[in-house]
Amino acid sequence: MNAPLGSLDRPNSYIGRSVPRPNAKRLLAGRGRYVTDLVLPRMLHAAFLRSPYAHARIASIDTEAARAMPGVRLVATGADLAGLCTPWTGTLDHFKGMKSAPQLPLPLEEVLWSGQAVVAVVADSRAQAEDAAEAILVEFEELPPVTDIDAARTPGADRAASGIEDNLCFRTRLDTGGLDAIFAGAAHVVEEEFHFGRHTAVTLEPRAILADWDAGEGKLTVHHATQTPYQFQDLYSRHFGIAEASVRVIAPDIGGSFGMKLHVYHEDMAVIGLALMCRRPVKYVADRMESFVSDIHARDHRVRARMAVDAEGTILAMDVDDVTAIGAFSTYPRTSAVEGNQVVRLMGAPYRFRNYRAELSVVFQNKVQTSQYRAVGHPVACAVTERMVDLAAARAGLDPVAMREKNLIPDEAYPCDSPTGYKFEALSHQACLAKLKALIEYDALRAEQAALRARGIHRGIGIASFVEISNPSPAFYGIGGARISAQDGATLSITPSGEVRCLISVTEQGQGTETIIGQIVADQLGVAREKVRVVTGDTETTPHGGATWACRGAGIGGETALQAARRLRDNVLALAAAILQASPGQLDLRDGRIVDAMGGAERISLAEVARIAYFRSDTLPPDTNAQLSITHHYAPQGYPFAFTNGVQGCHVELDTDTGLVKILRHWVVEDCGRIINPLLVDEQVRGGVVQGLGAAFFEECRYDAGGQLTNGSLADYLVPMACEMPDIVVGHVETPTADTVLGAKGCGEAGTAAASAAALNAVNDAMAPLGGRIAQIPMTPARLLKSLGKI
Amino acid sequence: MKARAFDYARPASVAEALTAFEQADGDASYIAGGQSLVPALALRLQAPARLVDIAHIAELRGIAVEEGWLRLGALTRHVELHDHPLVATHAPLLALAAPHVAHPAIRNRGTLGGSVALADPAAEFPAMLLAMDAEMEITGPEGSRRVPAGDFFQDLYQTALEPGELLVALHIPAAGPGHRCAFDEIARRRGDYALAGCGVMLTMPGDIVDEARIACLAVGSTPLRARAAEAALIGRRLDPDSIRKAQSALADDLDPPDDAEVPAAMRLHLARVLLGRLLGGMAEAA
Ligand SMILES: Cc1cc2nc3c(=O)[nH]c(=O)nc-3n(C[C@H](O)[C@H](O)[C@H](O)COP(=O)(O)OP(=O)(O)OC[C@H]3O[C@@H](n4cnc5c(N)ncnc54)[C@H](O)[C@@H]3O)c2cc1C
Repeated sequence: MNAPLGSLDRPNSYIGRSVPRPNAKRLLAGRGRYVTDLVLPRMLHAAFLRSPYAHARIASIDTEAARAMPGVRLVATGADLAGLCTPWTGTLDHFKGMKSAPQLPLPLEEVLWSGQAVVAVVADSRAQAEDAAEAILVEFEELPPVTDIDAARTPGADRAASGIEDNLCFRTRLDTGGLDAIFAGAAHVVEEEFHFGRHTAVTLEPRAILADWDAGEGKLTVHHATQTPYQFQDLYSRHFGIAEASVRVIAPDIGGSFGMKLHVYHEDMAVIGLALMCRRPVKYVADRMESFVSDIHARDHRVRARMAVDAEGTILAMDVDDVTAIGAFSTYPRTSAVEGNQVVRLMGAPYRFRNYRAELSVVFQNKVQTSQYRAVGHPVACAVTERMVDLAAARAGLDPVAMREKNLIPDEAYPCDSPTGYKFEALSHQACLAKLKALIEYDALRAEQAALRARGIHRGIGIASFVEISNPSPAFYGIGGARISAQDGATLSITPSGEVRCLISVTEQGQGTETIIGQIVADQLGVAREKVRVVTGDTETTPHGGATWACRGAGIGGETALQAARRLRDNVLALAAAILQASPGQLDLRDGRIVDAMGGAERISLAEVARIAYFRSDTLPPDTNAQLSITHHYAPQGYPFAFTNGVQGCHVELDTDTGLVKILRHWVVEDCGRIINPLLVDEQVRGGVVQGLGAAFFEECRYDAGGQLTNGSLADYLVPMACEMPDIVVGHVETPTADTVLGAKGCGEAGTAAASAAALNAVNDAMAPLGGRIAQIPMTPARLLKSLGKI
Repeated sequence: MKARAFDYARPASVAEALTAFEQADGDASYIAGGQSLVPALALRLQAPARLVDIAHIAELRGIAVEEGWLRLGALTRHVELHDHPLVATHAPLLALAAPHVAHPAIRNRGTLGGSVALADPAAEFPAMLLAMDAEMEITGPEGSRRVPAGDFFQDLYQTALEPGELLVALHIPAAGPGHRCAFDEIARRRGDYALAGCGVMLTMPGDIVDEARIACLAVGSTPLRARAAEAALIGRRLDPDSIRKAQSALADDLDPPDDAEVPAAMRLHLARVLLGRLLGGMAEAA
């Protein structure tokens, strides 16, 4: 065990090794068990009647005909459910002055967006429930919808919801001081107005929930396609007044979540209420059309930015104004203000400049709520910063890479903090940029670009440096009063056959959490990976913890597993020493065997130790209490966040006549600290890049002025598909965090954080000789043709 | 969403199909490949009381050349248009367009008759049938008739088919070696319905264009023949000047819809770009 972590020449050295996911074969073979697959005895199905209006008063609801329809067991309105569930409010205490109207499962008097669930029907089949929902008569009186961010903020504007005084949910200002003078004296000032469209997660598996109320035992079991089962255990317990220990939330196989499956959705709360009322299991699975109008959306920012640079191209200051439009209320329990807050705090983060001013306005409007989705705020902050850096470079006469070399925080300058107060332990911007430059053969690519331009072929190269927030401490939510844990827990046992069970609070949605936890446990304990079974996603069996969000599974969950495995190993060695009449220090556990630490000779197998402990404790020395199960918790206590960093490059070809962009290649060099499984890290990065390129070129939830979503289907909302995606080359720099033994930081959001920024810069680079310029994503053919003056 | 309950009939002949339809008092729908109808049912955009499944009617199948006409049974699947040698020889525009229609799984089930009966203005095959002066063979309770493609596509999703009538086959004047064809379209993702598409068929015995047929898709409420653009080419060499004239003539031919995402001017622009590229490519190959 003396070899350093990540050294691959030890037995069971899994940390740092590309091993495949043990659950991949099962899922490929169709043996996945998603909530949709579950069938419980006496199970019923829920469907919802939804509002066709963006904003309206409910004048009356007539459910009589629906109640008489075949198979219908219950028709429930907002009033029926309000008595069962206490209201919730999507604010956090550390966002001073934030406001939002209280919410209930179904509305009582007012609908706030088109697609909001209004009445629930429970029937023997989903088809019957939908038939009955069509028979419900609701009289709506239309109210003026709030859909424009500027109109929403004018005094006396119509309000998005009657429970709020005005449409400003939250506002914050950051100012290091003296900005006006710096801008006035700067050699160059560049400005731009950016627009970031709304998009949504489009998980392969939609939201799904199956609530089962056992009235006899007073116990609620919820099978829930969520990434945060403990958070929901707490919420269901408190809002429905059921003891926490009597609420069990099980998250089985989950088909992607990306942050979308950790918010409270009205339908989910309604389904709990419906199960309580029916005293039978009730299932609800959002279909794709419902997903588009009820899953959270993300982004929707308009950012005005200025950057000041001196004559040599040194960045002096940034000044930004971000207006972001959320729904008619803020989501619960994480709010809809975190994205904007991260936008203004991450702005400029890779660079040395110290002068910064920002204003953030979070505005209500009558659309689906927005909230945390993969890379919360990062893509917006990164695209604005990186585009400003390119504009400033052009003004100062510097090549984009040279501009970054000049302005990035030097690798030896750490620890340091950002002008917005973020503390950086150790980042590697310069090393990453140098590696990227070599990887893409930058100079050759520029030469090729120039040669092709002469032939009328317009290619562009875009670079984007980024930081990513990972391993959050309670500074994220806990201090704001939310009962969202920043720690994780694991229970590790040696079974009677000498195998290992690990019950851990981080969860699996397809990214491979269970795989890396298994690697860490096997590595640190000294057993073969195949001997470790990892169990996640059940509040009744796994210890309470934060689960999966904000890139914390590897860094916090992984450290929890590491520390737990070390403790269990000590217990095993102590017991073996008692059996062998040796001292624990002379022994080691390697590949499932207790060996002499010095020579490596086998003394006894782990299976034999376990057999004796469980079945022949009579043979153990007096006072030996074998502790072959341990529970261990770990909470980050050093830096509030473990920042990661990296840089991306994007190479595109623009068809200047059609506005179509072919993405030729994309590169990422990132530093997530200790890499536990290179295969999974690369795939996380690639998947993240694809989502970022989706935002850059395809994905947008488009609304008309009346607040109607006009492209809410997969025929009209374009997700990135394989044919349009380039090869994505991934390189690494490894700077482990010293806050943990494991040294791992997150990597799940790195790809998304900067892909759209690199693409934006690449397209602008391609258009530059033609005089075109774009600051809006997605970069659709129509927008590109317009900026080229073709239409 | 789940489709509303419906009753299902699977006739073995055209006559049985007509009867099965009639018995539902007008509240029925034929189903062929189901690639467009099934999503519409699932979304409850359509909810007929009865589905009459025509997929097993042998009379609706078959690809053959008879007396100078290529006959394509209505059940001819997209994949067959892509692969069949008779289609490649006698209706090359269909073969060229086929890879642009949706994705392989959909092309394995989707039928030519379904595409034509649906008459989506962005669909490839209807426009190509228009370019080739195809005739639609229709059978109904009142008997059979043949309708030229030009009269068949009437308005947005509206065709000459009366309720209960069945499209039996498509008849296309068989093209020969003298016909030169090209097709392309502009779509944001491979397999999507196009923003604009265009098929060209020229006869050019020497270097003068004798006959030109141009049809465009996704630039009007029906597939459109570009007669003005055709006229700009006929009797002329295929050179930059005639190509430019044909491109600019498209303004008289097309009537693109206007929406926030794709303005009318953009569709016209894209159709012009496409036509220019197709004709330019044909000029180079000549
Ligand atoms: C994801 C996706 C992408 C697609 N992309 C494209 C594309 O790019 N281009 C394109 O052209 N199409 C596209 N399609 C549509 C596809 O080509 C359909 O298969 C085709 O339009 C309809 O053929 P079908 O046999 O499936 O018809 P069905 O869905 O069975 O029927 C469609 C309609 O035609 C009627 N009908 C069918 N056959 C007859 C008949 N013989 N007589 C009278 N009425 C009849 C039916 O009653 C129904 O109203 C796409 C479909 C999907 C699902």
